Amino acid sequence: MRRTAAALVAVTALLLTGCSGAADDPGDVLTVYAASSLTAPFTELGGQFEAEHPGVTVRFSFAGSSDLVAQLQEGAPADVFASADQATMDKLTADDLAASAPVPFATNTLEIVVPADNPAGIRSLADLESTEVRLVVCAPEVPCGAAAQRLAERAGVTLTPVSEEQKVTDVLAKVSSGEADAGLVYVTDVRAAGDAVRGIEVPEAGSVVNVYPIAPVTTAVDPSLAQEFVDLVVSDAGQRVLSRAGFGPPDATSGDSG
Amino acid sequence: MSLELTASVGDRGVDVALEVADGETLAVLGPNGAGKSTLLDVVAGLLRPDRGRVVLDGRALTDVGDGRDVMVPAYERSVGLLAQDPLLFPHLDVRGNVTFGPRSRRTPRREARAVADRWLGDLELTDLADRRPAQLSGGQRQRVALARALAADPRVLLLDEPMAALDVAVRPALRQTLRHVLADRTAVVVTHDVLDALLLADRVVVVEGGVVVERGPTTEVLTQPRSGFAAEIAGLNLVSGAWRDDALETEEGLRIVGEPAEAAPAPGEAAVAVFPPSAVSVFLTAPGGSPRNAVDVTITSVEPQAGHLRVRGGGLSADVTPRSVAELGLAPGVRAVFVVKATEVTVYPRS
Amino acid sequence: MSDPRSRLGVPRWILLPALLGAGFVLLPLVAIVARTPWGRFGELLTSQASQDALWLSLRTATASTLLCLVLGVPMALVLARSSYRLLGVVRSLVLLPLVLPPVVGGIALLYTFGRRGLLGQTMEVLGIQVAFSTAAVVLAQTFVALPFLVVSLEGALRTAGERYEAVAATLGARPTTVLRRVTLPLVLPGLVSGTVLAFARALGEFGATITFAGSLQGRTRTLPLEIYLRRETDAEGAVALSLVLVVVAVLVIGVAGQRRSAL
Repeated sequence: MRRTAAALVAVTALLLTGCSGAADDPGDVLTVYAASSLTAPFTELGGQFEAEHPGVTVRFSFAGSSDLVAQLQEGAPADVFASADQATMDKLTADDLAASAPVPFATNTLEIVVPADNPAGIRSLADLESTEVRLVVCAPEVPCGAAAQRLAERAGVTLTPVSEEQKVTDVLAKVSSGEADAGLVYVTDVRAAGDAVRGIEVPEAGSVVNVYPIAPVTTAVDPSLAQEFVDLVVSDAGQRVLSRAGFGPPDATSGDSG
Repeated sequence: MSLELTASVGDRGVDVALEVADGETLAVLGPNGAGKSTLLDVVAGLLRPDRGRVVLDGRALTDVGDGRDVMVPAYERSVGLLAQDPLLFPHLDVRGNVTFGPRSRRTPRREARAVADRWLGDLELTDLADRRPAQLSGGQRQRVALARALAADPRVLLLDEPMAALDVAVRPALRQTLRHVLADRTAVVVTHDVLDALLLADRVVVVEGGVVVERGPTTEVLTQPRSGFAAEIAGLNLVSGAWRDDALETEEGLRIVGEPAEAAPAPGEAAVAVFPPSAVSVFLTAPGGSPRNAVDVTITSVEPQAGHLRVRGGGLSADVTPRSVAELGLAPGVRAVFVVKATEVTVYPRS
Repeated sequence: MSDPRSRLGVPRWILLPALLGAGFVLLPLVAIVARTPWGRFGELLTSQASQDALWLSLRTATASTLLCLVLGVPMALVLARSSYRLLGVVRSLVLLPLVLPPVVGGIALLYTFGRRGLLGQTMEVLGIQVAFSTAAVVLAQTFVALPFLVVSLEGALRTAGERYEAVAATLGARPTTVLRRVTLPLVLPGLVSGTVLAFARALGEFGATITFAGSLQGRTRTLPLEIYLRRETDAEGAVALSLVLVVVAVLVIGVAGQRRSAL
C-alpha cells in the first residue's frame, strides 16, 4: 500500500515536471503573450524570428488581452506583451510592468460578418437595426464590444443584439453556424474565419479604429531579445505579415483608440 | 379444488403441480433452494412460469405455454403474501400499513380504517397502531405484516417461512396466532420447520430439487417419511390422541405423558405428542423404576442412519447405537419396550 | 478504544494526504473570501447587472430542476426497473453529459435545437425559436443537470429494491398507486439529494449556456456568465459575485446533507 502511494506520488511528480521541463531545456526561450486575434501573423513572425536567431525558441500564449494582463499582474513570466487595445496595455504600464513605452504596431477595424449565404440579405450597418435580424456582438465590457458600441453611436444606428458575447470567437461561431444572421467583428477575424462567413465592409468603420500596442515586459529573461522581437513586429517585414492578415498600419488611427 | 398450480420455471429448475382445497392449509417443505419460494411467486403473479397454470376458484390467473398467454397482474389476484421479512412500509405507521390494502382497492377511508382496526384488534396490535415500523420488535413487525395481508381480504394467503427471521423465543406466540388465522383459510405455507407443518398445515408436500417428491396428510408424511429430506427433518415420533387427565390418550388406550406446549390443550381436545427418536431408549423388558412412558412394540425394521441405527416398531422410531443393537439382538420380529422420559415429550393441541 | 487508529479504522498516515486534499479544496474558498472587496460588496451585489444575473440564474435553475424531475424520475424508474438488455448501453449514453465537457454539450445542443439543427429547422417552421432565449438557458442547464438526478435516483431505487413494490401489488395496489404510495416515498432521500444536486449543477452551468444560449443581460446571462464577463473590467466585482455563488452552493449542499442524514 505504502509503496503504491509512493509510486503514485513519484509518477505525478514526473508528469508535472515533464510538461514544463521539456520546454525549458533547449537554449533561450522567448515567451510572447499576445491577443488572440494576432495568432496567425504572430505565429508566422515567430518562425521568422527563430530563423534569424538560431537556438532561440519563441513560445506564444494567445488569449484575450485582459486575461493575459491579469496573468502578468499575478506574476506570470513573459518577455513580450502585445495587446488588442490601448486600455488593456495601460493596465500593464500602470503596474510598471512594461520595460519600455508601448509602441503601436497595427490597427484593426470592424466589419459586419454574415453567414456565407447571407440569409438576411445584410448590406449595411443600417440593415442591422431591424429586429428581424438576429445580431450578435461582443459585450461592451470587452474591446470588440466597446468598439461596436462606439461604431453604432458614430453611425447613428441603434443595435438590439440577441446576444452580447464574451469573445470574438463566440460571435463568429454563432454566425458561421447560422444561428445568428449577422455579427460585428474585426476585419482580421473575418479573414481568419475562412469560407463559412463573409465580411461586409462598413464605410463608417474608419471612425473607430483599434490600435494594437506592443511592449517588452520587465520580467523578461533577456531584455535585448525581447526588444528585438518588438523591433521585428514594427519592421517592414513584420508589417507585411500583419497586413496580409488584414491589419491596418499603426498610423491609420484617426485619434480614437479602443 | 380451490387452488390448482402447475408450473415449470426453467432457469430455476422447478417443475411442480399441486392443489389446495378450499379452507385447507398446505405446507410446502423442502431444503433451501428447492424452489419453494418460486412456487409462491408464481401463485402471487410476481413470476411468469415458462409454462404452467394457476387456477383459483375456477378462474385462470396464470395460463402460459403452448400458445396460451394469461397473466392476471398481482394486484388483481386477491392472493396475499407474507414473507420471511415483514417488509412493512417504513414511511407509514402501523395503521397506515394495515389500511394500505383496503385503500388500494378504493375502499372509502373510513371503511378502510374500520377494517384495519378490526384486524389490529384481532392480532392484539391496537396499542401499536400509531407506531412506525422502526419502533417495533421483530415479532411485532411480522404480526403487523400479517394484519396488513389479512386486511386486504385475500382469497389465498401465501406464507414464505414467516417465522424464519424471528427470535426462537417469539415464534410460539406468532405460531399460535397463525393457527388461529389459518384455521378456515385457504393457505400455502412454505417452511423447513417441522413444527410449522405439524401445527399449521392439513397436508404437506415435500419439494426437493424443484419437484414434488412426497405428498400427503401432515402426520403421515412426518411419521413415515419416504423422501430423503422428510426423513432428515422429520422422522419425529408423533402420537395422536386426545388430552385427558394431563396425558395424551390414543384410541388404543395408550397414554403418553409429556409437557404441554405454549398453550395446553383443553381436556378432551385433540392433541399430538412429539418426541425425537434420539429420546427413545430400547429395552427387551420393561426396566425398573416404572418409567411413565413405556410402549411395547414388535420391531419392524432396523436401518442404519448417520452414526447410529434407527429401530422402528409400533409406528415409533428409536435411535440406538450399533453396540446396543448387537447386545440386545434387535432385529425385525423381536419384541421390545420403547421408553421415553416425560420431559422429552411435547404435547401440542391439534384442532 | 484509546487508540485513534482502531477507532478510525484507517492507518494514521492516510491522514496526511487526506488533509492535503481537504486543504486543496478549502483553501481556494478561503482565498475568495479574503479577496472579496467587502467595502463595495453591497454596491456590487445590488447593481442592476448582478441582480438580473442572480434572478435569472435562480429562475432558470428552478425551471430546469423541474424539467429534470419531469424527465428524470421516469428515466430513473425505467433504468432501475427494466431488464431490457440494451438498457446498459442506453444508460451509458444518457449519462454522457456527466463526463462530457459542457462546451461540447452546448455545441451538441446548438446542432439539435439551433436554427439549422436537427429539430431546430422544424421548430423554426412552427415559429418556435429557442436560440438566444431564456428557454435555451433552461435547455442547456437541463442537459447537464439531468444525469445527476437520474444517477442518484436510480441508485436509490436499486438500493430500495422491488420487494416492497411486490408486497404492495399483492395487497391490491395498481402500478400507479405503488409508484405514488410506496416507491417514491421509499426513495425520497435519494430524490431530494438528486434534485438538490441537479439544481446546484444547473446553477453553476456555464459552458453549454455560453455556447448554446448566448449572453444577454436579463435574458441569457446567468450568474456564472456575468462573473466571467465582469472579470474583463472589474475583477473585484467578479470576486464578489463568485462569493454569492459559493454561498448558494454551500447552502444547497448543506440542505442536501441534512436531508440525507435526517432520513
